[in-house]
Amino acid sequence: MSSAMFDLILQATLDTLYMVAVSGVIATLLGLPLGVMLYVTRPRQILAMPVLNPVLGIITNIGRSIPFIILMVAIIPFTRMLVGTSIGINAASVPLTIAAIPFVARLIEGALNEISPGLIESAQSMGATPWQIITKVLIPEARGGIITGLTITLVTLVSYSAMAGAVGGGGLGDLGIRYGYNRFKPPSMLITVVILVVLVQGFQSLGDYLVRKSDRK
Amino acid sequence: MIELSNVSKTYGSGDSAVHALQNVNLTIPKGTIHGVIGLSGAGKSTLIRCVNLLERPTSGSVLVDGQEMTGLRRRELNHARHRIGMIFQHFNLLTTRTVFDNVALPLELMGEKRSAIKNRVLPLLEMVGLADKAKQYPAQLSGGQKQRVAIARALASKPNVLLCDEATSALDPQTTSSILELLRDINHQLGITILLITHEMEVVKSICHRVSLISDGKLVEDAEVGDFFTAPATQLGRDFLIDFLQLSPPKELLERLEESPSEHTHPVVRLTFSGDAVSTPLISRLARECSVDVSILQAKVESIQDRTLGLMIAELLGSHEQTQQAMSYLEAHQLQVEVLGHVQRNV
Ligand SMILES: Nc1ncnc2c1ncn2[C@@H]1O[C@H](COP(=O)(O)OP(=O)(O)O)[C@@H](O)[C@H]1O
Ligand SMILES: [Mg+2]
Repeated sequence: MSSAMFDLILQATLDTLYMVAVSGVIATLLGLPLGVMLYVTRPRQILAMPVLNPVLGIITNIGRSIPFIILMVAIIPFTRMLVGTSIGINAASVPLTIAAIPFVARLIEGALNEISPGLIESAQSMGATPWQIITKVLIPEARGGIITGLTITLVTLVSYSAMAGAVGGGGLGDLGIRYGYNRFKPPSMLITVVILVVLVQGFQSLGDYLVRKSDRK
Repeated sequence: MIELSNVSKTYGSGDSAVHALQNVNLTIPKGTIHGVIGLSGAGKSTLIRCVNLLERPTSGSVLVDGQEMTGLRRRELNHARHRIGMIFQHFNLLTTRTVFDNVALPLELMGEKRSAIKNRVLPLLEMVGLADKAKQYPAQLSGGQKQRVAIARALASKPNVLLCDEATSALDPQTTSSILELLRDINHQLGITILLITHEMEVVKSICHRVSLISDGKLVEDAEVGDFFTAPATQLGRDFLIDFLQLSPPKELLERLEESPSEHTHPVVRLTFSGDAVSTPLISRLARECSVDVSILQAKVESIQDRTLGLMIAELLGSHEQTQQAMSYLEAHQLQVEVLGHVQRNV
């Protein structure tokens, strides 16, 4: 492999990691509170809100049901407004983030759902406020499930970022398409696939390790 | 001090409404241990949860230490709850916190400083006998140890009242008695008022001062434990007692029992006696004064607090008039006589 090719692959890998990291972090920052809201505003929950809860649920479902490829195109004006362009890794990070927020939220909600209602009740009997219950009971007790959810999100983002890259976003997907497909250099396509597999494996192993470390059951 | 006045709780509405509590009145004086016993679904949990407003009564008043709980705002309610500890059947410890941090939780919620928390938690762990487990996680503890941690946690905020919702129902008999002993010590040493609910007579017998019997959301008895165990006022109370004493006629006899007397039958009775009657030689007198022979099938003497309770299942052998006379004689001597049925005379 030429050193120019090597540089290209290295840069593409870093670009992929960048898109996954940016969208993963922002989606977590926004998806975590949304997931918590979806849970605590349910009927008979600590902040039951009979109107807000279904509204949040519907918005989340809409976000999750739009195919990524369509979302990416549909929000181009919004992406331009935000980062000034519709190509490149920054631009690609916008739809990735938007797609990941409802995904993260549902996974967080699912993790919270696993907590025994008795724990919430005993915290209430101690005079805990809803905020205290969220920060001292719900999130700590669900941390294993939350880490599992975030791992799934990162893995999904790796493959979505390849898709985003393919339409001019940069990163490994872009490289694979441009060199491997358009210029017909199968080895470079193969290499990008191998790197993607390694990334996914790496994230999964890291996630599994953290879950195991946090498990006290 | 806990005072419930006319407390009712209805879940749902219309046709599907469940009247879990109906006009419950209950006063628990400061420093006493009060038990509420009832069958599953009778409304026990609803009752105890109405005290700290985990369940809001549909109507009625709940006074804890003179404070009306139902009128409090959210903040005030949280404050009031610091004065009311609660333990549960399934312990409800946080799995991701150590024993120490579980006991520290209520203090953190109150905004105590780390040093103050430490000074409070360690003596509590000493008191429940788990000082050496401070750094362990709940998953590493036995059921009895988990309940001890939960007790320490419930006491961390120095409550005046401790609510126990079936706190020993998930534990084996030995562990149950050690937990009950701990609760008795706590009541004794700290003067904490304890309200506990249970479906086990053993629990009531071993630590309660007073007991209420709940049935279909209504309190149907409220008595000193000694009275309740020697002379329950309701059929449900008697059923609990009989079940507790395991005093039912042998199965072989049950099969032969007939409901109404006929010419060739004699009665099988269950006698309950307490107080002086226990020490009076009534059976031999019965034979002498009423010319009735008594065949004892089962007998048991129990002591409950400072009372003695005797129970007996016996066949009364004699003519119809003689056995009737014998029963009146026993009733006149403060025995409770319950005719279980009639069996054919053995010929
Ligand atoms: N949240 C609830 N919604 C509807 N019905 C309830 C609820 N909680 C309890 N009940 C009903 O109220 C009755 C009393 O329940 P509970 O107080 O839990 O009884 P116990 O603790 O004596 O077993 C039962 O019929 C139960 O089904
Ligand atoms: Mg119950």
